[in-house]
Amino acid sequence: MDVQKIRKDFPILAREVNGKPLVYFDNAATSQTPIQVIDVIVDYYKNYNANIHRGVHALSQEATDAYEAARQKIQKHFNAAHPHEIIFTSGTTHSINIVSNGYAHLLKKGDELIVSALEHHSNIVPWQMLCEKTGALLKVIPMNEDGVLLMEEYDKLLSDKTRLVFVNHVSNALGTVNPIESIIEKAHAIGAEVLIDGAQASPHIQADVQALDVDYYVTSAHKLCGPTGIGILYGKESALKRLPPYQGGGEMIAEVTFEKTTYAGLPHKFEAGTPNISGGIAFGAALDYINNIGMNQIAAYEEELLQYGTAALEKIPGLKIYGTAPQKTAVISFNVKGIHPYDIGSILDKLGIAVRTGHHCAQPIMDYYQIPGTVRASFSFYNTFEEIDSMVEALKKAIQMLQ
Amino acid sequence: METIQEVQEEIVEEFSMFDDWMQRYEYMIELGKSLPLIDAQYKTDDYIIKGCQSKVWVHADLEKDKLVFTADSDAIITKGIIAILIRVFSHQHPDAILEAETEFIDKIGLKEHLSPTRANGLVSMIKQLKMYAIAFKTQLN
Repeated sequence: MDVQKIRKDFPILAREVNGKPLVYFDNAATSQTPIQVIDVIVDYYKNYNANIHRGVHALSQEATDAYEAARQKIQKHFNAAHPHEIIFTSGTTHSINIVSNGYAHLLKKGDELIVSALEHHSNIVPWQMLCEKTGALLKVIPMNEDGVLLMEEYDKLLSDKTRLVFVNHVSNALGTVNPIESIIEKAHAIGAEVLIDGAQASPHIQADVQALDVDYYVTSAHKLCGPTGIGILYGKESALKRLPPYQGGGEMIAEVTFEKTTYAGLPHKFEAGTPNISGGIAFGAALDYINNIGMNQIAAYEEELLQYGTAALEKIPGLKIYGTAPQKTAVISFNVKGIHPYDIGSILDKLGIAVRTGHHCAQPIMDYYQIPGTVRASFSFYNTFEEIDSMVEALKKAIQMLQ
Repeated sequence: METIQEVQEEIVEEFSMFDDWMQRYEYMIELGKSLPLIDAQYKTDDYIIKGCQSKVWVHADLEKDKLVFTADSDAIITKGIIAILIRVFSHQHPDAILEAETEFIDKIGLKEHLSPTRANGLVSMIKQLKMYAIAFKTQLN
């Protein structure tokens, strides 16, 4: 893997921030977009912009073909059994809401849902709203100091009342890779369905939804070099058929009269309205780009970055890393003793280093450690060891100013 | 007593002595250390300014017809920012506070903190100080 060559595909990496070369370490929030993906978006608007699945004219046909080809690429990438098991959404949050809203019709009072302590707010709040609506109860799998889920506690939470378990594949705040294989197997053993939030995992781990036997898997394109505003809900055909539609509108119908409307089949049942067509096509292009480099190569290189970064940061006096699971992605969440993460983030920004600070939309994790937030550096395959060195230098400068 | 305008000009002049952002930030951090600290009893959620990544508490008292502010923050840069604002707005009449413009922020190189999406919420801080002015103005009338 030639990182210098790869970096040339990302025009944004050449820019400066506050007069310093940009070091982009906020990849867990959004990844950057290679020129190959940008070109696909531009090409769409320049040459075949049209509404899909409707027109008989050539442009509409071309756009439809490209959009459906992207669906098939996504199907192949995640090894779904059918293309219609891939529902295009506006992103992970939208995908989760389709399932949680659908579940409102499938739950009764006293049913139980299980969530993990490591979740992003987007995988907590929709389920809380669902519980309010249905009278179902939310149970939480706790975690330990390393940010690892306590599986023996999970075993205790599972019961014949459990209907659905939803856990992220990788924690956005700590980078922990959760044992989803075992979580899925155990849930299925008692007849519950499982939704896995793959937003943080997708750039690093290629999920095989059939091998996992997962019921729902959701992710966003912008985490893996695609544009924002597009993502997917993978659902097993049988699961998606059970789920009522989310939004009414065009595209999702078979026949409409004022007396009765019948819904379209999958995937259109969940794709009301004109979708983000260029986004869908670009998502396919982003997967092509990543697969061209190779998911295994990417994971191996990012692991090296993680090891290097962890070793370098651990040398800084007073620095504590949150999230020390044996299995984690290239995310380092940390604080320096006596310094607010926001202060560190502000100074790093001045030095051209983009990190995330705050609670990372995972307040329950911050509450567990009793901290206001962390500084989070998250690496991607286009980052370099030299950039980590720059961050460490900048961090030393910040500590000097702030202590 | 100096007017708000005069205090602002004074601060602009102090900041103009620095050539780069680092010195400006260091000075701001220094100013944070001289912030009139809020009494511990007011360091509660009721006095927190929403819209900041760090916590900022502000309290106001009326001394005759002038408002006197005290504050604190758990982040040192935020503490510097609120210290600057308090230096500008404290010991002023509510009317003067409400009429005051705040473009001096731009002149001291802290414009980036003015964006409404900025997590430290400089905008929310100014709004909160002005809210106090409105509240006490009613009391004075």
